[in-house]
Amino acid sequence: MEKYFYLVILFPLIGFLVNGLLGSKMKGTTPGLIGTVAVFIPFLIALGVFFNYGHESQPILQNYFPWINIFDFQANFSILIDPLSLQMTLIITGIGSLIHLYSIGYMHDDEGFARFFSYLNLFIFSMLLLVLGSNLLILFIGWEGVGLCSYLLIGFWYKNEDYGYAARKAFVMNRIGDLGLIAGIVLLWSYFKTIEFQAMAIHAANVDMSDPVIIIATLCLFIGAIGKSAQIPLYTWLPDAMAGPTPVSALIHAATMVTAGIYLLVRAHFLFDLAPSVLNLVSYVGIATSIFAAIIALRQNDIKKVLAYSTVSQLGLMFVALGVGAYTTAMFHVTTHAFFKALLFLGAGSVIHALHGEQDIRNMGGLKNEIKSTYWVFLIGTLAICGIFPLSGMFSKDEILTVLFEKSKGLWALSLFSSLLTAVYMFRLLFLTFFGTYRDDEHKKSKIHESPMVMMAPLWVLAILSVFGGILNLPHLIGGESYGKMAHFLDPIFSHSKLATEHMDAGLEIGLMALVVGLVVIIGFVLYNIYVKKESLPKPDMSLRGVEALVANKFGVDELYDTVISKPVLGISRFFGQKVESAFDGISGFFFVAGFKSIGNSLRKIQNGNVEFYLILMTGSIVVLMILQFLIKI
Amino acid sequence: MLIGLILFPLIFSLMIFILPKNLTKYATIFYSVFSLSWMGMVVKNISSWTNPFFTENYVFSSNLPSSLLLVLDGISLIPILLTQLLIALILWMLLANQKEDKSTYSLIALMHFGLNGVFLCADALGFYIFWEVTLIPIYFICAIWGEGKRMPITLKFFLYTFIGSLCMLVSFLYLYQIQPEGGNFSIANIFNVDMSATARFLVALGIFIGLAVKIPIFGFHNWQADTYTSAPFYGSMLLAGIMLKMGLYGMYRWLSPVFAGPLCCDLQWYIIILCIIGVVYGAIIAITQTDLKRILAFSSFSHVGLIAAGIMTFSHSGWQGGLLQMFVHGLNIVGLFYIVNLIEQKYGSRDLNKLGGIATQNKWLAIYGMILVLGTTALPLTNGFPGEFLLLKSMFEYQFLTALFAGTTIIWCAVYMLRLYQKVFFGEESKLVLSGDSSLSSIEHFILIIFVLGVLVLGIFPQLILGLSESTVLNYLTQK
Repeated sequence: MEKYFYLVILFPLIGFLVNGLLGSKMKGTTPGLIGTVAVFIPFLIALGVFFNYGHESQPILQNYFPWINIFDFQANFSILIDPLSLQMTLIITGIGSLIHLYSIGYMHDDEGFARFFSYLNLFIFSMLLLVLGSNLLILFIGWEGVGLCSYLLIGFWYKNEDYGYAARKAFVMNRIGDLGLIAGIVLLWSYFKTIEFQAMAIHAANVDMSDPVIIIATLCLFIGAIGKSAQIPLYTWLPDAMAGPTPVSALIHAATMVTAGIYLLVRAHFLFDLAPSVLNLVSYVGIATSIFAAIIALRQNDIKKVLAYSTVSQLGLMFVALGVGAYTTAMFHVTTHAFFKALLFLGAGSVIHALHGEQDIRNMGGLKNEIKSTYWVFLIGTLAICGIFPLSGMFSKDEILTVLFEKSKGLWALSLFSSLLTAVYMFRLLFLTFFGTYRDDEHKKSKIHESPMVMMAPLWVLAILSVFGGILNLPHLIGGESYGKMAHFLDPIFSHSKLATEHMDAGLEIGLMALVVGLVVIIGFVLYNIYVKKESLPKPDMSLRGVEALVANKFGVDELYDTVISKPVLGISRFFGQKVESAFDGISGFFFVAGFKSIGNSLRKIQNGNVEFYLILMTGSIVVLMILQFLIKI
Repeated sequence: MLIGLILFPLIFSLMIFILPKNLTKYATIFYSVFSLSWMGMVVKNISSWTNPFFTENYVFSSNLPSSLLLVLDGISLIPILLTQLLIALILWMLLANQKEDKSTYSLIALMHFGLNGVFLCADALGFYIFWEVTLIPIYFICAIWGEGKRMPITLKFFLYTFIGSLCMLVSFLYLYQIQPEGGNFSIANIFNVDMSATARFLVALGIFIGLAVKIPIFGFHNWQADTYTSAPFYGSMLLAGIMLKMGLYGMYRWLSPVFAGPLCCDLQWYIIILCIIGVVYGAIIAITQTDLKRILAFSSFSHVGLIAAGIMTFSHSGWQGGLLQMFVHGLNIVGLFYIVNLIEQKYGSRDLNKLGGIATQNKWLAIYGMILVLGTTALPLTNGFPGEFLLLKSMFEYQFLTALFAGTTIIWCAVYMLRLYQKVFFGEESKLVLSGDSSLSSIEHFILIIFVLGVLVLGIFPQLILGLSESTVLNYLTQK
């Protein structure tokens, strides 16, 4: 099975080429089927490899050809199959297949149907390279590749200039992070003379704690992760990225691509373990982002924007977990988050589809009677993300909180706060969308329709995963003998890790769990009272004042970046292009025109037609030349 | 073998004047295919990859201190390959455009003659003569078929490069003059001299100025954007695709040996600083330009600065990355100029504000354009990435903060290139685009596919180019 693993990468690439080159000539849903199959077969292969992969199995390194191979730099085109990459591959191809299937229904009457699937396949290809690459440079191919696909898909409806702007913003902000990543790769090369993960991990065992090069290098890698995983200060592109079709938001901007930063840190954990100061920074950035984004989400009225800020916030929580060295815990949350956030986004897509493009929750309401099936899956997603027992989100979030409680009470309190904010904005979203009465005109109401089977089936699969996903990594307390399956699976990766998590007192664990669930339930009831019983609505944007207006306006960060970065750069560009360039023109003009003219004018006077003068000049010159000759000889 | 690369272009250039007009087309096709196959034969005959691959010496008179000494090694092979490829492509573009002027073809062949000479000649005087020969055809191409204020612009270009070249000539003459009795201009002898640190500095400075104008390096670049904009499309291609490689190649062959001894001041550092100022300066200007050709001019200025900086680190990855990037930059910038030319031909403008929505009208042009833009933005798996990565690597190893400054080019480049792409291909169709002719002929497809394949194949297998120069560069740097 393993020797056919290259097909996992090859199939999406073939799907991309077939749909990209021939797709426009195909009829009906053919491109969609090709695209879906090109992702589903890799999923089956990965599943086969996964079941063969025992606890004693060695990581498999597959080397294809030397990509760059010169005297002082080598990078092979090779992939590494180990528990971590296998788990990511399963998430990418599994959820990827579901979202491809969903897209057949969602995009059915779009004129760019084939183009859409070719981009999606290209994305899966890049994302697989990212997680499977055995060295940092192959990872970087995938890293930039997913950035490109994200750019192409955000700007998918390319006639719209605003979407185009959002797409470019995403690409450019990612590139800022990418520069950090390149710097990190070069530093690590100079230090280890290799960028293969396995070889670096072996060398790293002999490196001192807080080695300055490692600190700078890990900092550089973290900057890359900040860009890709939308953390402060490079998070503003993600909410704008919602301009793309909704399946894209689910696949790229929730379930897979944005977790690449987490993956990078987990993959390079042996370096981060050597740099405790950087790890601290990781948790500070994570917790700040998590709370900041959650607060913004409280005041958003676009169904997709709420989910986007929620993603930023959840990613922040994962970084907090990474920062205290709880790598498997972060990976667990990556997995469950992929389930329920994909579910929520696709559910939102189903709502938007039903309402023919409406995204503002102020124009919704009462939809639970109109689109029952969508309501149920959305409800499951909401309960899962809020952390209601026994849904998957509860287990992964609880694990993060438990670890934090042991490591740092401050971070625990802040993360708890952020989790409670999650419950607030999610219940608000749920109640405003599905409860109460429909708030737009009756004419539109009559047109509301439930989504077709091809969209609902993936939603139900994701709903089931969101409910039972917790089984993957049960706490000891509940799972008994079969606890922590995912942690055991991933364990070989972290065998060198110096920061392993211990088990805590069972009573305390139950107490913490009950506290969180209890608080979330209370919040649910309070919000039900506000939004459903009293039917209070978000105020119109114009009437907001003070802090409320600031939050609704996302703290004005976009405007701030615009004034502090974009506008000055454009100003400098014009200044260079007009003023400085014309100054250069002036200088060269002076030399070539004025200079030559004045030389010409003064030399003209020598040419005076006086033979006597010519003779004197000639003899004089000869004398001077002879003297010079004499001097130079000496 | 090598002499053929110099003789055939010269013969063709003269022959085209004698042949009747209706044969020009066939003669050009024959010539382009012939010169490509000759090049193929030369490469096929390389038996060992230790340098030099070939050396040929043609002595005109034993009294002259100079002879036609031709050397092909890994460093000259790459620009020579690029020249043969691009000249053939440019000739095909002209044929596709139904350009009828015989003299254009003749001048391009003369250019070809000069360029091959520059890249092959290992005799300082011969190198200088070929260097100046290339100036003649490009001057006429820009002055006759250019647009706008072509005369003053071309004159400015001519004066800049000519004065720069003279500085280089002075350095060469000095190097020759201080040799012991019986010296000559051959590369083996000319640098094999003792000099004071001051003299060495002045010699290096002279050669640098000559090269810097051609590349161009920041401070010597004022002629560039105007000339690229006003030149006809094949003139811009010759300038950006091949001529500026003369300057970069000169850094390997004629500038780096001077740095073998001590200099009175840290010229290496100053040159690198100038280069990377150009990298950022050019990129920032490109952000607000509206003329497609001007954007490409400043983009090229920015990219080439990074190549020059990488070469000046005198490190293995800098040199290898530089050679790869020379090839790649030539290919990509010519491809982009061709797309601009097609747009101007079909829609009658190259002003960003008058274009838009071409993707809806001309899907294939948009796809080719996207791939070339991505190549220029150095996306991994396109040809722009491996070279840029190696160059940045050499910079990071040389000085971390300077490299970080230069490295912002990957951000700026994404900004201006995606802006360009958005304004030209995306958005609603503009009036011009709606009224234009949105078809591509099969020869246009053919030429564009060659560029696109170049972007993808070299992106996946950069070793194809890196392997050519590996042993030469290794030898060269270990000897120093």
